[in-house]
Amino acid sequence: MKAPSFAYAKPRSIEEAFPLLERPGARILAGGQSLIASLNMRLSAPELLVDIGGLSKLRDISQQPGGLRIGALVTHAEIERSLDVKFHVPLLAAAAPHIAHPAIRNRGTLGGSLALADPAAEYPACALALNATLILQSRKAERRVSAATFFKGLFETDIRPGEILVGAEFPKVERSVFLELTRRHGDYAIVGLAGVADASGKRIAFFSVDSRPVLAKTAAAARSLEDGLLGLKKDLSPAADLYNTSATKLHLAGVLLSRAWNTLSKPH
Amino acid sequence: MKAELPLHAPGTQLDKGYIGQSVPRPNAQRLLQGRGTFIDDLRFPRLAHVAFFRSPYAHARIKKLVFDKAIKSPGVLAVFDGPKVAEYCKPWVAVLAHLKGIKSPAQYPIAIGRACWQGEAVAAVVAESRSQAEDAVALIEADWYELPVVVDMEAALRGDYVIHEEFTDNVCFKREHDTGGVDEAFAQADAVVEDTFHFGRHTGVCLEGRAILADYNAAEHSLTVYHATQAPHMMQDIFSRHLGIPEANVRVIAKDVGGSFGIKVHVYADEMATAAISVIMRRPVKFVADRLESFLSDIHCREHRVKVRVAVKKTGEILAFDLDDLTAIGPYSVYPRTSGIEGNQVVNLTGGPYKHQKYRAKMNVVFTNKNVTCQYRAVGHPIAVALTEGIVDLAAQKIGMDPAQFRKINLIADDAYPYTFPSGIKFEKLSHHQTFDKLMQVMQYDKLREEQKELRGKGIYRGIGLAAMIEVTNPSPAFYGVGGARISAQDGATLRFEPTGMVTVMCSVTEQGQGTEAIFAQIAASAVGVTLEKIKVITGDTGVTPYGGGTWASRGAGIGGEAVLQAGRALRSNILEIASRILSLDKSELDILNNEVVSKLTLESKLPLAELGRVAYFRPDTLPLDFQSELTVTRHYTPRQYGFTFTNGIQGSLVEVDPDTGFVKLLKHWCVEDSGTVINPMLVDEQIRGGVVQGIGAALYEECIYGPDGQLLNGNMADYLVPMSGEMPDIICAHVETPTKQSDLGAKGVGEAGTAGAPGAIMNAVNDALLPLNARVTAMPFTPERILKALKKV
Amino acid sequence: MEHAVETTLTVNGTRVTRRIAPRVHLVDFLRDELGLTGSHIGCEQGVCGACTVRVNGEIVRGCLMLAVQADGCSVETIEGLSDSGEMKRLQEAFHLHNAFQCGFCTPAMLMAAQELVKQKKRFSREEIRVHMSGNYCRCTGYQAIVDAIESVIGK
Repeated sequence: MKAPSFAYAKPRSIEEAFPLLERPGARILAGGQSLIASLNMRLSAPELLVDIGGLSKLRDISQQPGGLRIGALVTHAEIERSLDVKFHVPLLAAAAPHIAHPAIRNRGTLGGSLALADPAAEYPACALALNATLILQSRKAERRVSAATFFKGLFETDIRPGEILVGAEFPKVERSVFLELTRRHGDYAIVGLAGVADASGKRIAFFSVDSRPVLAKTAAAARSLEDGLLGLKKDLSPAADLYNTSATKLHLAGVLLSRAWNTLSKPH
Repeated sequence: MKAELPLHAPGTQLDKGYIGQSVPRPNAQRLLQGRGTFIDDLRFPRLAHVAFFRSPYAHARIKKLVFDKAIKSPGVLAVFDGPKVAEYCKPWVAVLAHLKGIKSPAQYPIAIGRACWQGEAVAAVVAESRSQAEDAVALIEADWYELPVVVDMEAALRGDYVIHEEFTDNVCFKREHDTGGVDEAFAQADAVVEDTFHFGRHTGVCLEGRAILADYNAAEHSLTVYHATQAPHMMQDIFSRHLGIPEANVRVIAKDVGGSFGIKVHVYADEMATAAISVIMRRPVKFVADRLESFLSDIHCREHRVKVRVAVKKTGEILAFDLDDLTAIGPYSVYPRTSGIEGNQVVNLTGGPYKHQKYRAKMNVVFTNKNVTCQYRAVGHPIAVALTEGIVDLAAQKIGMDPAQFRKINLIADDAYPYTFPSGIKFEKLSHHQTFDKLMQVMQYDKLREEQKELRGKGIYRGIGLAAMIEVTNPSPAFYGVGGARISAQDGATLRFEPTGMVTVMCSVTEQGQGTEAIFAQIAASAVGVTLEKIKVITGDTGVTPYGGGTWASRGAGIGGEAVLQAGRALRSNILEIASRILSLDKSELDILNNEVVSKLTLESKLPLAELGRVAYFRPDTLPLDFQSELTVTRHYTPRQYGFTFTNGIQGSLVEVDPDTGFVKLLKHWCVEDSGTVINPMLVDEQIRGGVVQGIGAALYEECIYGPDGQLLNGNMADYLVPMSGEMPDIICAHVETPTKQSDLGAKGVGEAGTAGAPGAIMNAVNDALLPLNARVTAMPFTPERILKALKKV
Repeated sequence: MEHAVETTLTVNGTRVTRRIAPRVHLVDFLRDELGLTGSHIGCEQGVCGACTVRVNGEIVRGCLMLAVQADGCSVETIEGLSDSGEMKRLQEAFHLHNAFQCGFCTPAMLMAAQELVKQKKRFSREEIRVHMSGNYCRCTGYQAIVDAIESVIGK
């Protein structure tokens, strides 16, 4: 299908972007890998696309005390290749190769994925597990939101009108594991797990189990895998999808938990 | 046994030329550079584009269609409804006389008054660009009255609600077959097993969408249609009759076709509407189905529920099969081949490789309010093979026999031919035991069984599955012609010798990527005596080639190839006639080798063909007064002795099932096939592999999922899963060659073999893996969900 | 509210300036406006890969990029990479191994495969399969494609 008509603007600076975003029916265009697909299928009809691809300041990866700040326009391919990410936030480096395919990863962005908050997306779960900080910029100020409160519902985040997600800060952790179950390489996950652990315990986020990523708190607090699996039943009540019943999703989440348990439980 | 191919004039000692050689396809380099010509690549002056307004409901009366806003939309040239297009294009009814009792309502190019499936076109917008046409489609206002929807096949058969008022039930076609003695056979059996298999409705997903560009010339009352079709002559006849244009005034040209597999051999309402619109508007009009509408409107296939029973002796001998097949099609039988053929094939082919004598079958084809269905690669075979091989494995298990051994006992003997099978089909000569033995050897069956046992001890569950099969190829008029269809079962080839010594081959069989043109080049070069690069092949143009049937039912090599061979021989003979006059030598002393006329005895060169061409075309004054060169030759071929030329083969699948996730990993796949003379092994092998992968799709991934209200729920590339390279195994192909004696070439068909056997082999492998876990699956595709359910994990 | 946007890009080495409607995706622009019909459309959803082209040296889905986004970019299509000879070895390998049938997926397969060839490293069959798993082929069994790529990489 062909996309419906819309207007297009490409601001040269973030200051130029804000007034454009105030126009009726304005939407941000970053990598376009999700947005343009939905436009091609006539699932959305924005009036104006504001292409932020020219905001080069959003393309940086910079080290910070205790972690890494990644700009919103850093692509999945760049994350996949980055030595900084591999060293400081290996969870993201592990997740990136699961996102679709190389041609998509060359254009899709971290910010796009976090802002869209597709329930099957990898990064939101990683952000939740790491308790990353999302950085939002508006005309007036910068606002920092923890991942724990950022993802609110189906394709719904805490981004307020007039705000642009400009980057995210990911803390370095001792141990992390990323697992995803798909029937074909690059598919949307049936179920996925992003887990981290350090001295203070485990944070285990599941995705594709709900309208947003879910922290399995009972499972993470369990002392044994057996207890963890029982706890998982309290933490998750997955909705069925086209091919899998909720029982199957829950079962598969349990399988991932089993596969991740040892890595997360390794004594330091 | 290699075929003896007397390609040359009797008495020569020359070799077979290119037959049997794996030459890379000549004349195909354009496809490697993106320089092919697919229909959507064509540019025409005043070309208009069509987009269709499609019913959002599975069954609804169209109360009102309002085009006021649509017609004013930028770029729009016209908006048409069903009644308007019907003035220019007659409707059709897809029934054939030899499918006794088959019925279908008439189908119109654009639905009139009622939409019967979600996605059926009810209006057409013509605009200067596709985008603008789609913009206008969104502005069409429609008032609908929803009608009851029939989705479930059992409900359709019961007739709780009858979709078409003109009928008293939803049965399109039914067939019963009984050899007699079946109940007695079951009474005598030591073991009886039965099971019910479900096959998921799926679809072709050709990468190039359906495409048609119709160009009506009002001054000449002529129509040229550039059409991604497998059967240009069939379409020529149909456009002529339904649009009221004299036959020879219609020219159908198939350029490069981006995959077809049967999808593009049927008549589609939206394509007929496009042609009619070109006539109405007197300008070229193009329609290309995009991916979303492809899922909604390309033919679907293979939605079956089959109950089967088999009676066996404890020695392993099969006594009888008893079959009850129910299949759901759309609201119309599809034109002109009908939607009754797939079910008919299941009745014909069940039990195919085996020597039992008793057989009873009952088959019902029912209308539903889902998309229309019709023939797709291997038509009926995947179902017949899977259910046969599935119940055979179950029977072997019941009597405690290894499934390979069980098959060996029951396969028809290699010297039993000609043979008439209990369903009435006749086999010329098959080689089941040779192919079976070869498979056992190539896959190292015994070693795999040992390995399997060892790994089970470690909690790794591997499965080995076999599927023996027969396949319909090279059909005679018995397939369609006898039923009244204007579908030609014969084909022709014209070979024209050019002045510089090249040969142009024009053949009525068509190319969709399988390498038709390559094998015709090989055959022609071998038959005439020229080298391969001297051949140019033209197919797919009713204005250029002889009249013929095109490509379907694996007939290209066997039928088209034979026509090329005969024409090539005749051309060689005519060339030697001229040579004998030029050289003043006896024709019997001469032959052609590597682009030269040579002495048959010494192989010494006597005359280059280019020189012969110069003389024949430009200096005929130097030839005897009473002599006329004939350097263009046409020959036709029709398979006559057998209704269908059956082939045989057997496939093996090795899988590993993860009992925690229900995921199936395909470790390896084998296919041993006997398709008679193999003209190009490399082309045949990847054809088989492509077919196997489609079968893998059916077994593990592909299903058109409909909701209870007849809505297609997964009609896009993210939700409908097609096989991609990451999950596919390496597929090992091997061959046995039993040429058919019905032609000199001896080639049978092979294009569909992979698809026919793969689903059965994989099902058996998965169930073999699940055996120690007391689980079994019988509903394709075998998704993790279905496997986990069988394992009672969910 | 749609305004054609003046866009300048380099396509196969040639500078091109056009006023383009924002909604036109890159592949439609290449095909319809520039007549470069070697890049194909299979789904317009970014899944089948038939539209794969190169932008600034990297493969992308041409259907998921607006033509106006290519302003200032260098775009390479199958025609360009054929004429420059960059793909010659890979194309020959595809031909020799019969790694194509209908040819509709082939330009994109070549674009994706060339990414591996460019890296001048050996990859296993498994790795090749994973890299190519974003490109749908319905005709082949993918095996000949893997064979062809395997014969060229790392050399």
